[in-house]
Amino acid sequence: MREFGYQRVGDVAEAVAVLGDDPEARFLGGGTNLVDLMKTGVERPARLVDVRELPLGQVESTADGGLRIGATVTNSDLAAHPEVRRRYPALTQAVLAGASGQLRNMATVGGNLLQRTRCGYFTDVTVACNKRLPGSGCPAIEGEHHNHAILGASEHCVATHPSDMAVALTAFDAVVCYETADGPGELPLADFYLPVGDTPHLETALPSGALITGVTLPPAPVAARSRYRKVRERASYAFAIGSIAGALDVRAGVVHDVRLAFGAVASRPWRAREAERSLTGGPVSADAFAAAADAELAAAKVLPHNGYKVPLMRNLVVAVLTELAEEAAR
Amino acid sequence: MAPAPSPTSSVITLTINGEKHTLPVDHRTTLLDALRDHLDLTGTKKGCDQGQCGACTVLLDGRRAVSCLQLAVAAEGREVTTIEGVADGDRLHPVQQAFLDLDGYQCGYCTPGQICSALAVLEEHAEGWPSAVTTDVRPEAGPAPLTPEEIRERMSGNLCRCGAYVSIVQAVARAAEARTDRNEEVVA
Repeated sequence: MREFGYQRVGDVAEAVAVLGDDPEARFLGGGTNLVDLMKTGVERPARLVDVRELPLGQVESTADGGLRIGATVTNSDLAAHPEVRRRYPALTQAVLAGASGQLRNMATVGGNLLQRTRCGYFTDVTVACNKRLPGSGCPAIEGEHHNHAILGASEHCVATHPSDMAVALTAFDAVVCYETADGPGELPLADFYLPVGDTPHLETALPSGALITGVTLPPAPVAARSRYRKVRERASYAFAIGSIAGALDVRAGVVHDVRLAFGAVASRPWRAREAERSLTGGPVSADAFAAAADAELAAAKVLPHNGYKVPLMRNLVVAVLTELAEEAAR
Repeated sequence: MAPAPSPTSSVITLTINGEKHTLPVDHRTTLLDALRDHLDLTGTKKGCDQGQCGACTVLLDGRRAVSCLQLAVAAEGREVTTIEGVADGDRLHPVQQAFLDLDGYQCGYCTPGQICSALAVLEEHAEGWPSAVTTDVRPEAGPAPLTPEEIRERMSGNLCRCGAYVSIVQAVARAAEARTDRNEEVVA
């Protein structure tokens, strides 16, 4: 590991000032991803600015009935928070579906959003990777890609975003709040992750040197009946091969409001807006759910070894919406 | 403009099992390596060294964490509890006793991490935290009983290559029962 300087900061303005515009400096939160990547040489910062003790550790109700989640709230505290469990249960389920109890105690909300892909080529510094070394190529496309993207990828990168939490946040229209030397800013999570295109190394729309200070969830009555379902290659403590956050509000037998977001299928949490459009105002039936999934997945581009994700996601859409509809009928 | 070079080592004070230790560390030193190589607290084990096996689990401010991904310098000011600090002198903690009584191990390498993790599982469950297998996570649903399924999920961050999982789950269940009994005695 490269040697690095370390500084702990106590307030947001200090954090932003200390990081400055130094491209070799990184904010350190829980460190569960960054420290791991430093050990393998994928990340080689010259300085770490430790933001874990910033006063951003609260989950608070907002005046409009939403929630404001501080950037240093641990994944564990987020999942356990009564208002998250009550108003956005799929968010609690998504967080609890990720990592382990130990890692969730360490990992922060801000860090979770900024975690890097677990693509095996990205994490192996001895091989090419357009995300790690722009222009070097993407060995995954011809190589091991059974868990790579089927939506929104490009010929330059087919890596997926590994977060479970971000999938639920995406379904509920979360907004990322940040601070820069020039003042605060906001980015809807829908615009937070950049399209892959030919610049897979550029992952977020955060301005250079910006510090995530929190995430705002707008009020979403539909979210009270929501769930997260994750499919993985072992029963627990593994990244998804496909996941879904779903929420359904049925009124008089018709879909009044619906939210769907997919995980492990794209370079970012994938909001399934085509599926939502197909469902809204329509009937509550397995056929309608399947048609909605097909509408979303029509854009899927599969590689030789990840085509299973299309029927997997289709089945997940039908299963989760059916469960939510049954719950609504009780 | 490039910033002035920062020092790459610091003298830090760590609070471990209630005792303060002052030591110089290279910033690259993980808490795991500080414990084992600098402070001779070798009860905490190094398994994968990448946060995937749980062998290095310790408690940080009472909550479980993997010490291999925790930089020592960033642990300054926090209360660290390692396996060496779990027993009360010669009296084993009920979680340790349950692992002993029920053979919750084979080779023993993962055991310190399993026990530290189990200690935290009991606390997290007592605080009403749901898990990924909790059917209804809404607070109104009340706390989920600590079934074997719940224990397996909550302990899934601790791998055991000997495969002693069956008796590990039994040991955690027995420790949970003992804890409930003790709490009832206190209330009575």
